[in-house]
Amino acid sequence: MKEIRITVNGKPYELSVRPHATLLEVIREDLGLTGTKEGCGVGECGACTVIMNGKSVNACLVLAPEADGKEITTIEGLADGDKLDPIQQAFYEIGGLQCGFCTPGMIMSTKALLADKPEPTDQEIRKGLEGNFCRCTGYTKIFESVREASRKSRG
Amino acid sequence: MLGSYKGDAKPLAGGTDLIPQIKAREMAALRVVVDLKAIPGLDAITYDATKGLSIGATATVTAVERSPLVRQYYPMLANALTTMASPQVRNRATITGNICSAVPSADSAPTLLAMEAILRLQNQKGERLVPITQFFTGPRQTVLANDELITEIRIPVPPPKSCGVYLKLSPRKSMDLAVVGVAAFVVREGETCKDVRIALGAVAPTPIREARAESALLGKKLNDESIAEAAGAASSECRPIDDHRAAREYRCDMVYVLTKRALTQLKEEAL
Repeated sequence: MKEIRITVNGKPYELSVRPHATLLEVIREDLGLTGTKEGCGVGECGACTVIMNGKSVNACLVLAPEADGKEITTIEGLADGDKLDPIQQAFYEIGGLQCGFCTPGMIMSTKALLADKPEPTDQEIRKGLEGNFCRCTGYTKIFESVREASRKSRG
Repeated sequence: MLGSYKGDAKPLAGGTDLIPQIKAREMAALRVVVDLKAIPGLDAITYDATKGLSIGATATVTAVERSPLVRQYYPMLANALTTMASPQVRNRATITGNICSAVPSADSAPTLLAMEAILRLQNQKGERLVPITQFFTGPRQTVLANDELITEIRIPVPPPKSCGVYLKLSPRKSMDLAVVGVAAFVVREGETCKDVRIALGAVAPTPIREARAESALLGKKLNDESIAEAAGAASSECRPIDDHRAAREYRCDMVYVLTKRALTQLKEEAL
């Protein structure tokens, strides 16, 4: 076992993890934060997207020891109590989801995109979300949600 | 450390190739992975007007692609890197890892071949410099020994009056492997081509330079005729596989189309 310290959604944790465990397993199983999903497990689908030290990453491709000392934000870290993050509010209002499995990853990628480019062009939205697959919606409403989230985030 | 575990240890940079391979049991069980990201300074990206660009082994694709130095002096490289995978993968993956994985379709390879990158390989005993043109030996095979690491990729300063472009063909615009990748780089003297470098990905056991296509243009003007001749040479010289991604004939035809398109783009680019 390997001792690691990570900060998740602002809360520090000291954990003893298997050295070959992934960050995704730690988040879901050790911390019980099951909002982050496992889709493919090999970095193709983006369902497990979290933000680590300000960058979006696939949690399924990060080994737990690699996350030592890092600051991580998961979907659970966005809302402030009952008040949704503007991105969550936009997806909710526009209906940018159907089954919802890809949604946490979509929202985390949107978070990373808007932090970098508050007013993304359509092409930038396309590039920003290129690592997130949705098998239900056909993406149209997800795009609308990102545009709306950009408007809301800028106030 | 890699040496003492013989083949049972692998270096880990971004992990975006290694971890899926371990999960899929595509390689023998490893006893140890050595995380190179813990080595201070190995992620440096520096530029020197005489030595050129130096990319450290653990510099991520995002870091290189966004580096103002790379954007200013090596726009061809920055553009090629944005065609790779997704933001999440580019935030972790490294160019060194892309090269070490040595898949024929590696998106960084044609550009590095065209820009004549030099790799610094190091082990405990010392180091050697290997031109990237001599690095790949087959699909997923390179000259890198078990106990060696690429610690640095060096790219020479682009000569004056040079320009280059990487074009990638894949069925999907994102998250897809190249069916054909073409990098073209031309140095002009007056109207004629003083140096021409054409490199292809995904159409041979390794990423390759196309010597015949290059010599078809050397000393000539870039015009429709010379471009068609070079594209024809590239297309007849490549040796692609037939697989579920694309048929051999299709890949050869697309080498013609993409080489022509790349060179035409360079012809029109003002210097």
